[in-house]
Amino acid sequence: MRIRTKGQGQELAMLLPALFFIIALIVTPFLLSVWFSFTDQRLVPRPIPTKFIGTTNYERMFVDPLFWQAIWNTVVFALIVTPVQLAMSLGAAMVLNSAIPFRGFFRSIAILPLLLPMTVIVSIWAVLFRIPAGPFNAVYQWFAGQGNYVDFLGNPSTAMLSVVALSAWATFPYQMLIYLAGLQDIPQDLYEAAKLDGAKPWQRFRYITWPGLRNVNIFLLIITTVGALKLFTQVDILTKGGPNGATTTIIHYLFKQGYATQKVGYASAVAVFFFLAVTAIALLQRRFLKNEGEA
Amino acid sequence: MMRLNRDAMLPLLFALVLALGVLLPLMMMVTISLNPNEQDIMVSMGSLRSFIPQVFSLQNYIEVWTDPVHPFARYLANTALITFSTLILSIFFNSMAAFVLAQGTLPIRKPVMILILATLAVPGESLVLPQLMMAGWLGQVDSYQVQIVPGVANAMSIFLFYQFFSRLPKELIEAARIDGFSFFQIYRHVAMPLSKPVISAIAVLQFLEIWNAYLWPVMVTRGPEYRPLSVAMSAYFGTNQAAWGNIMAFAVSMAIPVILFFLILQRQFIASVMSSGVKG
Repeated sequence: MRIRTKGQGQELAMLLPALFFIIALIVTPFLLSVWFSFTDQRLVPRPIPTKFIGTTNYERMFVDPLFWQAIWNTVVFALIVTPVQLAMSLGAAMVLNSAIPFRGFFRSIAILPLLLPMTVIVSIWAVLFRIPAGPFNAVYQWFAGQGNYVDFLGNPSTAMLSVVALSAWATFPYQMLIYLAGLQDIPQDLYEAAKLDGAKPWQRFRYITWPGLRNVNIFLLIITTVGALKLFTQVDILTKGGPNGATTTIIHYLFKQGYATQKVGYASAVAVFFFLAVTAIALLQRRFLKNEGEA
Repeated sequence: MMRLNRDAMLPLLFALVLALGVLLPLMMMVTISLNPNEQDIMVSMGSLRSFIPQVFSLQNYIEVWTDPVHPFARYLANTALITFSTLILSIFFNSMAAFVLAQGTLPIRKPVMILILATLAVPGESLVLPQLMMAGWLGQVDSYQVQIVPGVANAMSIFLFYQFFSRLPKELIEAARIDGFSFFQIYRHVAMPLSKPVISAIAVLQFLEIWNAYLWPVMVTRGPEYRPLSVAMSAYFGTNQAAWGNIMAFAVSMAIPVILFFLILQRQFIASVMSSGVKG
């Protein structure tokens, strides 16, 4: 490359540090994980040198039932938490966008979960889920009678749903704030005109609010889905992926294989797979965006 | 007395339900943290007594702050140091690079931009193992820098700054150039002072990301020395399973600095998150 002026030397000096960080800390590890995925690399070096083993890691991965279970759990989580959380956030945003008294106060309250570190939220919800007499079970006993309880986290059929509830509560304010911004971008006179025409609240939502939020919806759909596919912290602290693998997610599987059992080569194959899956989903959603005629 | 029109009644009811849904778990956290009697906590759990404080004792807090195995003050200092160092370095380097990409004349701008857009797609979670290996090769595991430096490499931050800088009026940059400003001076004295909204938006988003970081710090910290609060909290949670009073006191102690920080900056915070997605 040719540097033409003194000014360009300065430009280069300003660009290089960030470029160095990107190459050293994102591009290099990415290439390394592709390489590791074809080797029997361990976390801690062994006396026997690491060797190239072709696609063995991938072959092993695709026949490991726990891997498929992790994928299934992750997909189930994403498919449930995304609509639940978006509905919650949109509902909350519409309530907090209407002309209610103390609106600022309610907004401050509603964003609190977003400010709490996930580890704090998990410990609060661990109390809520307590057996036999945590708050949720106290409510359950009203209906089911004394002595009955649900082992929310210990029962494979309820463990993932419990994580869904916790996760939706923990992060909905983020989507809520973006919905609020979207709602405020819809011209108010559309609503006035619809009211004059006698449109019912449901019709106003269906024909003004919902189409007006189209771009916001697509954006939130993408980031909420991708975020859900990365589920790790909640299950690592709360259930350690259990019971019986019922809450093992892809990232938790990757962490266990690569860090706890130190099989970096194998876990790298999982990482490459995860990267390809997330990219494919993002590309599909981007194509969807384009087809919708997004500018 | 406030007069309510009928249209506002239903939303107000929903707002109250929403507020209760958020506040009840938090009230429970505070109530349990103020109760020094573990047995009473277990007995009252699930009843209304676990949501409204009956006793106001700081004993759990004193136990948490003076615990020799889990030095709370140290964790807090670690977290604050890691968070603010990352934020400052990230904003400085990434805005500088973004300014070159948006307003510079270097011929490599285009390939660099393509590289940055491509790295946006890489989920950080898929990089942690090779990053850990690299940290091991460099002998940097269990340190502050290993928790700071990876957060500085942030393609999203470069991209957001780039979007903002590329919309600055060309005349403004040209005028500064004619006044004899060097490229760096234009960045420092013209572009940055205009970028306060975008800086605060990026800072807020990255703040939450780092303050909440869990997977990476779990892997690179070995003991209390460099451990951040998030990892400490989960370790504390794991080793004191029965001591709910202390766990909740730990949780409150960890939550309060962030909540205070954001209550002070609330206006900017809400504006930042609201502008983070759709516009741009």
